[in-house]
Amino acid sequence: MSGFRAILKKELADHFSSYRFLILFALIAMVSLITAYMVGINVSRELEGTARPKFIFLLLFTASGVGFSLVQFVAFFGPLIGLILGFDTINRERNEGTLSKLLSQPIYRDAVINAKFTAGVIVIALILVSIVLVISAFGLMILGVVPGVEEVLRIFIYLVISIIYVSLWLGVAILFSILFRSVSTSALAALSIWIFFTFFISIGAGAVAGALVPDAGKNNPEALIKSVQIQNAITLASPIELYNDSTATIIDPMRRTTRKLLQMGALEQLSMARFSGPLPLGQSVLIVWPYMVFLIAITVICFAISYTVFMRQEIRSL
Amino acid sequence: MEPNIVIEARDLTKNYNGRPAVDHLTFRIREGEIFGFLGPNGAGKTTTLLMMLGLTEPSGGTVRVLGMDPAREPIRVKREIGYLQENMGFYRDLTGRQSLQFIADLNGITGDEADKRIEEALEEVGLTAEAEKKVGAYSRGMRQRLGFAEILVKAPKIAFLDEPTLGLDPEATGRMMDLIRDLCTRRNMTVMLSSHLLHQAQRICHRLGIMIHGRMVAEGTMEKLAAEKLGVGQEQYSLEEIYMKYFKES
Repeated sequence: MSGFRAILKKELADHFSSYRFLILFALIAMVSLITAYMVGINVSRELEGTARPKFIFLLLFTASGVGFSLVQFVAFFGPLIGLILGFDTINRERNEGTLSKLLSQPIYRDAVINAKFTAGVIVIALILVSIVLVISAFGLMILGVVPGVEEVLRIFIYLVISIIYVSLWLGVAILFSILFRSVSTSALAALSIWIFFTFFISIGAGAVAGALVPDAGKNNPEALIKSVQIQNAITLASPIELYNDSTATIIDPMRRTTRKLLQMGALEQLSMARFSGPLPLGQSVLIVWPYMVFLIAITVICFAISYTVFMRQEIRSL
Repeated sequence: MEPNIVIEARDLTKNYNGRPAVDHLTFRIREGEIFGFLGPNGAGKTTTLLMMLGLTEPSGGTVRVLGMDPAREPIRVKREIGYLQENMGFYRDLTGRQSLQFIADLNGITGDEADKRIEEALEEVGLTAEAEKKVGAYSRGMRQRLGFAEILVKAPKIAFLDEPTLGLDPEATGRMMDLIRDLCTRRNMTVMLSSHLLHQAQRICHRLGIMIHGRMVAEGTMEKLAAEKLGVGQEQYSLEEIYMKYFKES
């Protein structure tokens, strides 16, 4: 255990003193400050003179400030935090010859990878918690609303999911840093995975659905439903989609399903509008539960692969 | 095992892709001796050291370090061995003192004991004045001495020094070798030293082993090796001559 603690301590010190962390943190702090300010102004202007709706505090996270809301920002930029923190975890040490030095000390080999992953998760948690705190503080100042218990709980769950989500990308980056010797290769590989899931999977899903159900359209509702179902199934393979859907449901009590509704006629819209009350927290959690489990599972699998590969690597190649 | 034997290898073998890198190696090392481990590049010296550290598993044969099997008890073995690797790496952003502190942490040495050992080690390798500088700014010679200081902080019973003078100028090489001899003798550390600098090895090693193509072709004191290869009665001999004879034969 002394090995784990020693490496954890050093990794944290490395992170906090690195330019990489400072730049990342400055960037995120700036974006969240601006977003919080814009959202605060917008929300308070909109609410002027009207009765205050429920869950106004959560609006700070879901309403868009300068083109995007905080939730959207984390969903898009969060993976980059994980990738940037992790892409050179193992191969940098290997290239500089410090890895075999570490391993010739009386520590277990898994202490190295466990400590590095833990250090990354701690840094991620710190970044995300501070974003949320900044936003909340701004909200209190500008809106003058105190969050209710349920709102605090929802924000807390949102934070937990976000930390898992960003850690997932950290795990991907660490895996690449073990598989590839060169730091730039692992950075590029990690980035391309992110680009693939962010941009190409929805395009790909559209293309596949179009190929499978070519006659989807307003006149052919059955085919349209089928086409949307196919697209949904494909995009669900993306952790980004999983995260988007689950956090949106958690942070917005008015959402009653993780998926976008395919509304086709006035009748359906009318029937949806009949149930417009907010969902209780327990129900929201129930909806996103499978998504959370899936996210955790991907993270664990990713870490498990890194762990096994790392433990089996021949030391001469280190 | 005899009481003063600290390392014993018997038929130690390691195959890489079916070809032996280390081939039925048998040798013993006594407590407190400086054993010169010589041989051309790729002879299997580093592989042998890694097997004794428990970082690589042998394909066959046995090795015992202080009576322990490194493949079974790697942690306990690594606690007793200080390893200065070839082309050792350093964390460039740490200062000399922080590097040593990290080694102390990894070995579970804490508090005043760690401070005392670090101070002593810095003093002994002559880096006290540079202790607060970042390792990235160190010269090659200073880094090499810092690597040796890391071993001193750990204070193991055995030290494996793999090419400790690689890339040093002749004067620094001589000083490094003297440092190794003096400190290891004073601390009664057993040393396995691999080197290409035969002249320096001849100067400080008690016994020598010559390894070529994974096999130990000769082992013993200078006098014994000289007698075997050059014939008795030769007054002037150098390790260089002996080594080249073995090398040509193999």
